[in-house]
Amino acid sequence: MSALPLAPASGATPIERELLRIVIVGHVDHGKSTLVGRLLHETGSLPDGKLEMLKAVAARRGMPFEWSFLLDALQTERDQGITVDTSQIRFATKARDYVLIDAPGHVEFLRNMVTGAAQADAAVLLVDAGEGVREQTRRHAFLLHLLGLRQVAVVVNKMDRVGFDRAVFAAIESDVKTYLGSFGLMPSAVIPVSARDGDFIAERTARLPWYDGPTVIEALDAFTAPPTLSALPLRFPVQAVYKFDERRIIAGRIESGRLAAGDELVFEPSGASARIRSIEAWPGPAPRTAEAGQSVGITLDKEIFVTRGDVAAHGDQRPRAAKSLQARVFWLDQTELKPGDPVVVRLATAAAPGVVSAVASAVDPANLTTESQATLGRNHVGEVEIRLRRPLPVDPYHFNPLTGRIVVERDRRICGGGIVLHSAREASITEEKRGPVVAVDSAVTLAERVARHRHRGAVLWLTGLPGAGKSTLARALERRVFDFGGAPVFLDGDTLRTGLNSDLGFTADERSENIRRVANVAAFLAQNGHVAIVALVSPTRADRARAREVGGTLFHEVFVRASLEVCEGRDPKGHYARARRGEIANFTGISAPYEEPVEPEVVVDTTGDLTASIAALEVYLREAGILFPLEVDSPI
Amino acid sequence: MTRLDALEAQSIFIFREAFAQLRKVAMLWSLGKDSNVMIHLARKAFFGKLPFPVMHVDTGRKFPEMYTFRDQYAKAWDLDLIVEDCPPIESTDPTLPPAARSAARKTEGLRMALAKHGFDGVVAGIRRDEEPTRAKERFFSPRGTDGAWNVQEQPPEFWDQYNTALTPGAHVRIHPILHWTEMDIWTYTRRESIPIIPLYLSKDGKRYRSLGDQDITFPVPSDAATVDEIIAELAVTKTPERSGRAMDHESEDAFERLRAAGYL
Repeated sequence: MSALPLAPASGATPIERELLRIVIVGHVDHGKSTLVGRLLHETGSLPDGKLEMLKAVAARRGMPFEWSFLLDALQTERDQGITVDTSQIRFATKARDYVLIDAPGHVEFLRNMVTGAAQADAAVLLVDAGEGVREQTRRHAFLLHLLGLRQVAVVVNKMDRVGFDRAVFAAIESDVKTYLGSFGLMPSAVIPVSARDGDFIAERTARLPWYDGPTVIEALDAFTAPPTLSALPLRFPVQAVYKFDERRIIAGRIESGRLAAGDELVFEPSGASARIRSIEAWPGPAPRTAEAGQSVGITLDKEIFVTRGDVAAHGDQRPRAAKSLQARVFWLDQTELKPGDPVVVRLATAAAPGVVSAVASAVDPANLTTESQATLGRNHVGEVEIRLRRPLPVDPYHFNPLTGRIVVERDRRICGGGIVLHSAREASITEEKRGPVVAVDSAVTLAERVARHRHRGAVLWLTGLPGAGKSTLARALERRVFDFGGAPVFLDGDTLRTGLNSDLGFTADERSENIRRVANVAAFLAQNGHVAIVALVSPTRADRARAREVGGTLFHEVFVRASLEVCEGRDPKGHYARARRGEIANFTGISAPYEEPVEPEVVVDTTGDLTASIAALEVYLREAGILFPLEVDSPI
Repeated sequence: MTRLDALEAQSIFIFREAFAQLRKVAMLWSLGKDSNVMIHLARKAFFGKLPFPVMHVDTGRKFPEMYTFRDQYAKAWDLDLIVEDCPPIESTDPTLPPAARSAARKTEGLRMALAKHGFDGVVAGIRRDEEPTRAKERFFSPRGTDGAWNVQEQPPEFWDQYNTALTPGAHVRIHPILHWTEMDIWTYTRRESIPIIPLYLSKDGKRYRSLGDQDITFPVPSDAATVDEIIAELAVTKTPERSGRAMDHESEDAFERLRAAGYL
């Protein structure tokens, strides 16, 4: 009998349900495996006989059955009683399909937690009601943020052990929100449950009468699938150049943007350019365009030198070919990372050898204590500067998350990863910034200023729609910091346009220049120990990414959020009304777009009352170590 | 992008990474539905023709339909096919149950084939949803010189950066369809009109959901006689895919011991 070639699908509906990947993280023993077992059971996702089989195994071993047995598939795990590695399990709700990634809560296995969480679209952070927020809760939450996850639901488990006490839950809810808020993460829900008994997993039970939020399943279904990056500038990292036949095909995956036959491409770091002659595909037909997420192959109209690791972009919006970069890095290796260490930096399909030139602001995310030594220990996060021996095409993370993140290898092993804060074409970031000018040092040292002001220098970049409340918030914060004895400076976009920027209008180029100047003034103030509070619409991500490059680690993006309707309703300067009448061109929100921040340090929603907004900002400033606590001596 | 488009793009990316980063790659072809999807994906990745050989590690106990399929499509798809035999059953761990010993022959056959040809990258069509220990796999899984899998000490793998550093004599297993489900395989098979062995289709109220050696693989009750009907059946079934594989069920840890020793 010969094999059966299939006829093309005929009329049958293809089953292509949406798929969302969820990682479950949290401190060891807070009940992750139990929650997963319960979710599988409640959604009817267990294979026939599985529950019975595991119950039989438990009986044979003389142990009571636990939901967590479902996950403990490996012999070694059952012996140790902890989840060793990332395990992936499927289930489905009515809304869509899920892959559940169960990441280990034990500190020894953080590399596995990272492996799991990096693949996820959204996260569930699990907290034991009896224990509250613990080290791994904090560490995992911090890493979720660094790994680029923005959708998090918090599940407070084991409510049965605390008698379903509302006050216990409220205290944990407040703790978690404060901690997540310190790096700008806002949980979509905080849900009290008993995973063991099944309260509020799928069912609303009578044991939590005071809770009116979503169940775990409802919270999962409320997550949204992450958008592809088609709207960003093109980044097409080359995986390989194939010459299997007469064609010379440049193969790779489009990480962001779009390309089309006929487009002029520039390849970084070489800068060589050529046009796309064709997009190749087997078995055909060949498409004329392609976009982010697709693995494609193209041919060019001329024979330029292209190799693996090059990044193709459109001419006016290309990545920087950097010889040095600074990244916020998480370190997973047992041996600490220190200045002088040779490393290989991998970014998309490129890799370049380099040397660590500096390590700063190392912090243990478990307790957010900053460590003074200039090395990065295992499971810690810090800002690492690396000098590269070959240029790498790189974007700041805030500009493009896929081409702005790096993996760091040492001794040919993957030991850490990070997000790029800035980069420079030259071997040293400061050298490039300074150029041929010799800067003259100030007579007063930074340490003296910090000691007097009891805060560090910072740029607080308040961005948001006109009327969102940026200036109001900035002025209130300025007053607050000043009253503590600090040295805040308020830089208002409109005010600066009456002087420093009076030569600039509102075209895209002039707005960019406006932002460049304000960013430099703010950075200068911050470098001299001031808290520079900038209130500027700054509608484009690209301009804000440049402002961040100028401000470096001192830069903090504050997204002042209010809906267009609310802002237009306020219209403090009457600009919306004039823009609606067509009297103001390029007015953000009406006739020009506002690009919301992808990853701001802080989000302040000003729809509510101002006092709460200021308090939230102040909490952030203290957590970030900018404002010192009132009762202790300054650290430098 | 649809779900299948996204799965396909990721698999193609993985194939190209393997080919770019490793010295000498081979793909295992078990002739089953998963490895046929893999061949199709590889042909897409490399624009029609595979730039590396496919290897069938042959136990000699496959169904006749499987051998027919192999010979027909090796030619139709212009594959560079290597067939390697497995050693006798006596060479396997005598403490394993009988069906697992049979599977262990394949592990040993694979180990010998890798040594003979010097492959440092082996592409295999395993999927996370098949079996809990496979759920723990990485896309790129470095193996020791003995082919063993150290599940406790797996390196981190994130942001599509894969581990390819090897000690001499060791190899990397590459799993391009690790993230696919059985349902994805069938919906993609239908969408792309990929041929299958007819044993997957119901005959006399039974069909094979998973194909292995004749003596240790059993059909399951099913009336699904077309791919459309298989897809409809999978949408409601709660029976595991490998329920017809004897070696998975002989003892609770048989499969995990097999995998730690280097089984797929």
